[in-house]
Amino acid sequence: MPADSAKNETRLRFLWWDLEAVPMPRALRAVLRSRTAVWGILFVSLALFMGVTAHWVAPYDPYKQETGMRLKPPFWDPAAKEGHLLGTDQLGRDVLSRMIYGARVSLIVAAVAVFIAAVTGVGIGLLAGFYGGWIDSVLMGFTNFFLSFPHVLLAIAIMGIVGPGFTTLILVLGLTSWPIYTRIIRSEVLTLKELEFVEAARALGVREIVILGKHITPNVLNSILVTASLETARMIINEAFFSFLGLGVQPPIPSWGNMLYDGKAYIFVNHWLITLPGIAIFLTTLGLNLIGDWLRDLFDPHMVF
Amino acid sequence: MSRYILRSLIQLFLVTWAVATTAFLLVFMSGDPVMLMVPMTATREEIEALRDAFGLNQPLWIQYARYMVRAVQGDFGVSIKAGQPALNLVMERIPATLELGLAGMILASVVGIGVGVLSALKRDSWIDAAGRVLALGSQAMPIFWLGLLLIIIFAVKLRVLPPFGRGGLKELILPAITMATYNIPLILRLTRSTFFDVLYQDYIRTARAKGLPERVVVFVHILRNAAIPLVTVLGMNFGRILGGAIVTETVFAWPGVGSLSIDAIFTADYPVIMAATIILVVSVVVVNFLTDLTYAVLDPRIRYG
Repeated sequence: MPADSAKNETRLRFLWWDLEAVPMPRALRAVLRSRTAVWGILFVSLALFMGVTAHWVAPYDPYKQETGMRLKPPFWDPAAKEGHLLGTDQLGRDVLSRMIYGARVSLIVAAVAVFIAAVTGVGIGLLAGFYGGWIDSVLMGFTNFFLSFPHVLLAIAIMGIVGPGFTTLILVLGLTSWPIYTRIIRSEVLTLKELEFVEAARALGVREIVILGKHITPNVLNSILVTASLETARMIINEAFFSFLGLGVQPPIPSWGNMLYDGKAYIFVNHWLITLPGIAIFLTTLGLNLIGDWLRDLFDPHMVF
Repeated sequence: MSRYILRSLIQLFLVTWAVATTAFLLVFMSGDPVMLMVPMTATREEIEALRDAFGLNQPLWIQYARYMVRAVQGDFGVSIKAGQPALNLVMERIPATLELGLAGMILASVVGIGVGVLSALKRDSWIDAAGRVLALGSQAMPIFWLGLLLIIIFAVKLRVLPPFGRGGLKELILPAITMATYNIPLILRLTRSTFFDVLYQDYIRTARAKGLPERVVVFVHILRNAAIPLVTVLGMNFGRILGGAIVTETVFAWPGVGSLSIDAIFTADYPVIMAATIILVVSVVVVNFLTDLTYAVLDPRIRYG
């Protein structure tokens, strides 16, 4: 998809305000020039804000049950109860508060899983691409073996056999999603290591490990950032799916996927228990995808995927 | 060419063997299936007798060897829950998964290729913008939540389509839309970008210059050349597509291999888990292999040494 078309770039606006004359740093100006970036950062910041400040902004304790207040609809429904903006769940817990705390849980799971996957995948990709030869054959054989596995099934099988839980979920998500980094980083390293600056460093007698660390790695950081932002979105969805199956984060801890799991049984009674957490997931993953797309266009306008 | 086929077959064999071994080890580590089968009142002797009957008292390597010998013959043991051979259970479910996968792929291809071609031909038009929104939206969409939303809208509110199960066309509509949404962004983005690449090739200009009707140029010259990367990417992503089928099957209680393996995981029905995993992985590896071959047929420039 192309970068934002030229017409947005003539005057600097944010939503409906004209900001052309407002003084600000150049980096901020660049962000605001892209509608993609503005919306992406807006959605992701909202989720981050909820996650970080859950203690202060959540109106209720997410675990507090009120038996007289079960399955109340959100405020736009006439049957809504005052004080519970987005209604209550089957145990009379406040949905808004659980969604705010759920942001924290979902984001932590996704972020740690992405970190584990990126470190593993990038490491393997750097080694395979840089050293080549049998190291490359062995590592890529392993990676391709992993890639041929339907990840969802692999993760579900492990979760089912090892048993569900917060830590297990993070580990399983992280350790089943690294090959994508390996593939991307390896192919970049293969190109990079043939370039003149690497040759020059080698001619100067720089040690191989230093070339890899100081000259190659900084050049793949852009790709890592793009991939990681798109993968964070995927991890949020995966967390939600596993928790939705009952294999992920366990009740009563609120995560977005967990709320879907709880709401599944009440789909005919109060569908908002499914609709609302889903909207939170969708907007966050949309935001991450927008940021990823924007970064990709920024770093390399010719890259397609 | 024959050397390439031979190498691929060896690889296929190695991957299958590795998966079978991994599945065996995972199940072995997961504990004692007998404890899940016997009633709470079972005596020690009864448990031991059952363990003997299943060969669980023998050393690990003997269990492994017996498992492998049987697996090669297609015998993964008897389902603990259903009392039938595990492989038969899996085979019975394959038509349902194929039906869902095929319906989803056809729908995704029609929408993805259609919108992709139009956005490429009419770049920066409203249809291009709509295509971008569709690609972004479907990429960020957690498809199991989309499935739930479709159930809420069409089964709970409008009551026009059944919420789950398999039967005729009516039951197929919602799962197929869900499944298609998962594959649309990939097909759409790829069609659009490869179309761009092909659009400005010399042979396209030649075709136009010799006065061929635009219809012929688009459908014969452009689409056929754009099909090569499309087929490859779809083939290489077959594992991912299967993952999407598993997710869709669980939401709609679709009686395919995916929901079978998830049920098996919840009931610790290990023979079924193994049979399903191995069948799925082998199909992924075989499809990847066939993709490579198709690639060579579609594009005569590619020859394998």
